[in-house]
Amino acid sequence: MDYYLSDELTDIRDICREIAEKYIVPARAELDEENRFPREIMKVMADSDILGIYIPEEFGGTAEAFGGGAMALSVATEEFSRACGGVAVSYAANALGAMPILISASDEQKTRYLPDLASGRKLAAFALTESEAGSDAGGVKTKAIKDGDHYILNGTKQWITNGGEAQVYTVIALTDPSRGARGLSAFIVEEGTPGFSYGKKEDKMGIRASATRELIFEDCRIPAENLISGEGRGFIVAMKTLNRSRPGVASQAVGIAQGALDEAAKYASQRRQFGQRIDSFQAIQFMLADMATQIEAARALTYSVARMIDAGAKKYEKVSAMAKVFASDVAMKVTTDAVQILGGYGYMKEYPVEKMMRDAKITQIYEGTNQIQRAVIASALIKETAAGGN
Amino acid sequence: MRIAVAVKQVPDTAEVRIDPERGTLIREGVPSILNPFDEYALEEAFRWRDELGGTVVVITMGPPWAESVLREAVAMGADEALLISDRAFAGADTWATSHTLAAAVTKLGDVDLVITGKQAIDGDTAQTGPSIAASLDWPQITFVGKVRSIEDGHILAERYVEGGIEVVRSSLPAVVTILKDANTPRLPSLRGKMKARKLEIPTWGIDDLGLDPAETGLDGSPTRVVTISTPETSSDGEMHRGTPEELAAVLADLLLGEEES
Ligand SMILES: Cc1cc2nc3c(=O)[nH]c(=O)nc-3n(C[C@H](O)[C@H](O)[C@H](O)COP(=O)(O)OP(=O)(O)OC[C@H]3O[C@@H](n4cnc5c(N)ncnc54)[C@H](O)[C@@H]3O)c2cc1C
Repeated sequence: MDYYLSDELTDIRDICREIAEKYIVPARAELDEENRFPREIMKVMADSDILGIYIPEEFGGTAEAFGGGAMALSVATEEFSRACGGVAVSYAANALGAMPILISASDEQKTRYLPDLASGRKLAAFALTESEAGSDAGGVKTKAIKDGDHYILNGTKQWITNGGEAQVYTVIALTDPSRGARGLSAFIVEEGTPGFSYGKKEDKMGIRASATRELIFEDCRIPAENLISGEGRGFIVAMKTLNRSRPGVASQAVGIAQGALDEAAKYASQRRQFGQRIDSFQAIQFMLADMATQIEAARALTYSVARMIDAGAKKYEKVSAMAKVFASDVAMKVTTDAVQILGGYGYMKEYPVEKMMRDAKITQIYEGTNQIQRAVIASALIKETAAGGN
Repeated sequence: MRIAVAVKQVPDTAEVRIDPERGTLIREGVPSILNPFDEYALEEAFRWRDELGGTVVVITMGPPWAESVLREAVAMGADEALLISDRAFAGADTWATSHTLAAAVTKLGDVDLVITGKQAIDGDTAQTGPSIAASLDWPQITFVGKVRSIEDGHILAERYVEGGIEVVRSSLPAVVTILKDANTPRLPSLRGKMKARKLEIPTWGIDDLGLDPAETGLDGSPTRVVTISTPETSSDGEMHRGTPEELAAVLADLLLGEEES
């Protein structure tokens, strides 16, 4: 389907596709096998100016050229995901880490951090989750206690994408334990700060090219000026960040699904059984037709939400959750069907679809599980109904 | 440092056919691309510009639509682009082409180094680079697999010649033709692409270059292509299956049998 992307967005798509074909596709199986972070590929993305597409010109990026940056991120993330979900999430999580600064930080903080993130001199990560605080983000236990013009951080963050690879971390911690979620605050923590170290590196089912790691804070002193927004604003900053980034997860899902459909359609046109191409069987044709239709619907919804954000919408929590839920469920279904179309070959590592199926699963889990997204959608719906329709 | 890179728009050879009557390439309907060797010439220019400072100007001679390869080069990192285009240049062979490009380099004035790809994949002559040097009366280093240094008004480069490497030092200005061994061409960047779309590209014609029609285009071309033909292809291969040992035995029999007959 033609989405009439602007010339500039088309440039992003073309460049990302070229990076995907020349650098990501040839490396993806090995990165997956070796659980290895794609440093060289991130460098290529940086050299191609792809890391700053959602950051305003004032802070070293090019967002204005693409009408804001949400569509730009979606287009780029989708293209990378089509080749490799692991590489793509390393890209997307970098934007996720930058988002609290972009959305809620002071101009002084933006000037200090965003240009390096736009150019790729530094990478970012977003740290909310802890062992006891997953869906229940309000259960964060990491503490940030004010001490003069510093905060002292203590606690452990878990499953942080780009952990150990990023240089700039946006961290949600508790400044006032008596106030629960309202006692949370957002901070910027730089790599190398004394008391900040990396812990366990996860061995994952999918997106294995991405780094997922623990962050450990032991009496880690950070300057008070690294507080984003204000004390007690952490939960809001985190929720705004996730609302803004969910179309990005939807785009990961759309890209992974598209990659799987490409493989399945190609394979079905070549594989012969019973003396004919398997794509001459209606059972295969209908599976391919459904896959293509679902992907197009997911993409259309995702782009609509991204365009809505770029147009300046203030409230998009519900539709952002819808895009994430729908696209990730599509990705899981489509990649599973792609393995089915390839039959036994689909189950083997010689073909990329088994990896795509493993990679797809995470899109239903992170940045809020699909159950939590449905809860968000339902609660918005109930509120709208109570208010007399939307 | 100002480096001029001469590039060519070529038909994608994977798609090219030859007109059997006229003995020329059928270009209609064949996608045009930047000559693949020229990407390496551009990359080499960018590297030295990035290291030494200065600018890279990309030049092509061709029809107005050859401009698209200039925009591609700008997307990759060229600072300026220049289109050499005129009806009078049509039908040029390598002599007339390099004579015309040399005139453009002379008119640019402050060029220290001209880089071209080893050859263009359509004509495969590898003549234009050397011929530009001859026309300018500049020294040339061809088949360069590695540029070692550019300093003190000299360039030191390795020529990958049959059976070895020849290290050549030349004064500047000079002309260098580049092999694919020299580097890995960078991808276009987003800022480059955005710049490329908006850039106004000047076109120089025969009057701008002060050339005589007799020395350009078909009239200025001593070469006449007599015929071009596609070699007969045979499709009657044989398929053998087996272990590597068995296949080696089959091959040995075939080769030895051939030798005997
Ligand atoms: C590979 C990977 C990368 C990650 N990257 C990051 C990162 O960069 N930064 C970061 O901060 N976090 C990250 N996370 C954490 C991720 O966001 C959480 O895993 C996710 O929010 C779910 O939390 P949980 O795993 O603790 O599951 P739980 O919250 O324990 O959920 C378990 C199950 O219960 C369901 N459930 C829980 N509560 C409810 C409810 N109220 N109603 C209905 N069902 C419910 C869930 O849907 C799920 O099915 C990452 C996780 C993974 C696996």
